[in-house]
Formats: sequence, structure tokens, C-alpha cells
Amino acid sequence: MAVGTLEAERRGTRPANLRVDWWWLQPAITFVVLLGFVVYSTWTVFTPHDFYAGPSVGRHYLSPYYSPCITNRCKGGTTWNLVSWWPFSAGILMMPFPILFRATCYYYRKAYYRSFWLSPPACAVPDAHGSYTGESRFPLILQNLHRFAFYLIIPFPIILLWEAIKGLEFGSGHWGLGLGSIILFVNAFLLGFYTLGCHAGRHICGGHLNAFSKGPVRYWVWKQMTRFNLHHMGWAWTSLVFVAWTDIYIRLVASGVIHDPRLF
Amino acid sequence: MSDQVTMKVWRGDTDGGGFHEFAVEAREGEVVLDVIHRIQATQANDLAVRWNCKAGKCGSCSAEINGLPRLMCMTRMSTFEPGQPITVAPMKTFPVMKDLVTDVSFNFEMAKRIPAFSPRPPDADGKRRMAQRDVERSQEFRKCIECFLCQNVCHVIRDHEENKQHFAGPRFLMRITELEMHPLDTGDRIPLAREELGIPYCNITKCCTEVCPEHIHITDNALIPLKERVVDHYFDPIVWLGRKIRRKG
Ligand code: SF4
Ligand code: SF4
Ligand code: FES
Ligand code: FES
Repeated sequence: MAVGTLEAERRGTRPANLRVDWWWLQPAITFVVLLGFVVYSTWTVFTPHDFYAGPSVGRHYLSPYYSPCITNRCKGGTTWNLVSWWPFSAGILMMPFPILFRATCYYYRKAYYRSFWLSPPACAVPDAHGSYTGESRFPLILQNLHRFAFYLIIPFPIILLWEAIKGLEFGSGHWGLGLGSIILFVNAFLLGFYTLGCHAGRHICGGHLNAFSKGPVRYWVWKQMTRFNLHHMGWAWTSLVFVAWTDIYIRLVASGVIHDPRLF
Repeated sequence: MSDQVTMKVWRGDTDGGGFHEFAVEAREGEVVLDVIHRIQATQANDLAVRWNCKAGKCGSCSAEINGLPRLMCMTRMSTFEPGQPITVAPMKTFPVMKDLVTDVSFNFEMAKRIPAFSPRPPDADGKRRMAQRDVERSQEFRKCIECFLCQNVCHVIRDHEENKQHFAGPRFLMRITELEMHPLDTGDRIPLAREELGIPYCNITKCCTEVCPEHIHITDNALIPLKERVVDHYFDPIVWLGRKIRRKG
């Protein structure tokens, strides 16, 4: 096989990158949005006030960053009070689950390998690193554990849905629908759709089969998950941006900056 | 209608080379390969270019056009900014033989390292059966025209020559997935895929999928499922336990 020296010689005779389009735009946008999300999320979990729009504003909305609130440090009726010894923000306790899930997600891996690690920044644009072992060694070999993060995240969309339903209660047995409730519902569904399109989940639920005909139920589940999987990137971004937006909205309502309009 | 275009075509051989500029006519409806042929016919008779079908089906005319790996016969001239020069270079990952023609033997060597289909014994009536839904799944991978654009764009070997020893590239890792998913196949190529042909080197950045002229979902439907099968085999204690119990029961 003629590889090696010939290659090295020839490479010297042409520029490493011949692309003339705006190949840098996509990684640049990804970089900015992901970094912005990380900074905002860090701030919000370390700022344990106004994450609950409670009876003082006539609502019952809990920020998704603090759901489920299992410590006794959440105000209002949302606390499940399972962990009383936790001295810090309740948000910190819940953070590891979405972090593990998103950080090991096949789509986000692509996004940050390209935009943060520049390996490669774009197709046919040189890798910024001299040597490369991909996901074959520690620490990146741990990406193989993504399916366990999938198992751990499964309760979350359901809990968020439950919190959204609880948000329909406007105090002392009265029910209603505010804009905040719609935002909470949309947020729960977006996380649900993102989760349903998980590549690891798609494999576990049916993709591992060689003969679909031997597992009709698993085949059906695989087909449904494939539909979400086709747009996994889209769900990844919308659910990411929307969870931050939900938190912002609830903080604005809780702190009295805006009033949550009641639809009925 | 016809336009005058500037083509910057890489010319050279195993000793090196560089871009040569050609002012050439491009007629309405033409593709890059037409213009390359016009250069060959009128200005550079010895320009080497590999092609066969001019219909995007033989996979011979792979090159890098304005830096993007593409089939020359499927890239319309009308897609370029008028007045701007268009560069045409040989695939970067494989050694140049002459001008736009590269030596793609790396790919055939990799193909040889994958054990062939090994079907289980036929049914009692001497026939082998597969359900349509099982056929459909691997059908997508069989659309491959072996243009090797995915192999060319993959940074694992494009930018890291040393990985050519232990990374088969997306086209052949996809071949392993196809065989592994085959309901009649009895082979187990997962250890090979992990230990010798380099699936862990893929960082799922999807350039193979982006350039595939057959629009095969290489990463989503072949490489990620292969990675998940590696996880089943090596990293998942639950799957391991399940296998143990089933074997006993
Ligand atoms: S997805 Fe994997 S195989 Fe495809 S180009 Fe990227 S690194 Fe190479
Ligand atoms: S998978 Fe697509 S890009 Fe790769 S060789 Fe086949 S047709 Fe070409
Ligand atoms: S692959 Fe994206 S969530 Fe699992
Ligand atoms: S000439 Fe056959 S694919 Fe282009």
C-alpha cells in the first residue's frame, strides 16, 4: 500500500484548507450558544432564589433547573423533602443528570468536538491537533457509558410534565392556565422528544436486533424512536434553549418583574 | 448560453505539483466534469482524470471542488459564484498518481480485512428466508457506490496518516455494521471493529455523512449502531448478565 512518504510530499504542495465558503460560521455559532448555555446554567443553579413563582404571585411554577426539588430548601409546596441534609442550592443536586446526558449525547459530542476541540472544525478543514486517538482511550472512552445517562434521564421529562400539571393549580383549589404553564408544558415535551431520539436508547429499545421480524414490539418502538432520532439535533437545540428560557421566564415572574398572563 | 470561467486544477504526480489556471468555456447545464473534459480536449491533453458513468453511479470522479469532497459529474457549474475561480484538487487522503487521479488501494486493502458474509445453514426446504423489514435496513448501506469520498473526508485518516494502519474508515465500518445486522449471518466482527479496524477512533463528527453522494446516513445508521454494539460487547454489565442467564436457561 503506497501510503506515507508520498502523502507527506504531496501535502506540501497544496494549502491544507481549500474551502472558500463560510465553513467557520457553524462552529462559531455552536461555540457561542453552548458556552452561553453553560455560563447561564451555572449561574442559575448557584443562585437559589426566584426559581419558584409561588403563592405570592398567585402561581405555582418551579424552574426546570430545580425540578424535582428534593431538598427542604425549596420554598412553597413543591418540595419533596427527601434530602434534608443538603446545605447548598437544590439546583446543584439535579444538575449532574442533564449534564451527564447532554455531555455524552452523540449529537453534542459532534457539536463540541467540532466547535470547541476543532477536531475537525469543519469537513475537509484540518484537525487542529497533531495526534488523534478519538474515543479509544481514557477519558473519552467513557463516552461509551452514554446509555446509562439515558436510563437516568428517563424520569425527568415525566417529572417536568408532572410539575407543569401542578402549575395549573392557582392556589386554594382553583385551576387555571397561565402563559407560564404553557411554557412548562412545552419544555417538558421538548426534553421528552430529545430523549426519545437518543441514539443509545434507539439501540437498546430495538436497534440491537438483527432480525426485526423476531421482535415486532421492539421493532415498532425502534421505528418510533427513529422518527425522533432523525431530528435529534433539532430537539437537542430547541430543548436546550427552551430550558434556559423557561428558567428566565419563571425568575421574571417570581421576582415580580413581569406578570404572568392568565389565559383562562 | 456560455460563460468563461477560471478553473484552478491541481496538476502533478508522485513528485509533487501545484495548481494550474485555465480560462475555459462553461455551457449552460454543464457539470465540473464537462469543463475538466473541455480543458483536456482543448488545452491540456495529458490531464489525468478518472471517470466512467457521468451519472453519479460509478464513484470514479471523486475530487475536491473548492475544498469540498464531491463527485465532479454531479456538481453543477451553475452552483458557483460567477467570476470566482473554481479549484479542483485530487482527494487529499490518498496518494496522487497523476493530476486528479489518486491511488485508492487503501480502501481495497481495508475491504479485504473484513471477513465475508457467513450465512447460517438453510431451512429444511433448502431455502434461506429473510423478512422484508430486515432486508430494508441494510438496503440503505448497499446504495454505496464506493466513491470513497467519505473515506477521503474523514479526519481520522485525512489528517493523521498513522491511523491508516488501524482505522478502516466509514465505508468499511459501515460494511461491518451491515454484516453484523444481517439476520442470516453467523460471524462476529465486533472485536475486529473495535480492536483492529478502529471504530473507537470515529468521533461521530459526521463529515462522512455530509459528503456522501448517496445520502446514506452513515454515522446515524451504521457507525453509531456499531459503537452501541461495541458497548453491548465490552462495557454494559446488564447486557453481559442477560447473555449469561440466557445461555444457562
Ligand atoms: S463520523 Fe466518524 S467515520 Fe465519519 S467522518 Fe467523522 S470521524 Fe470519520
Ligand atoms: S458511503 Fe457514500 S461516500 Fe462513502 S463510498 Fe459509499 S457512496 Fe461514497
Ligand atoms: S444520543 Fe443524543 S441523547 Fe442519546
Ligand atoms: S463519473 Fe461515475 S460517478 Fe462521476
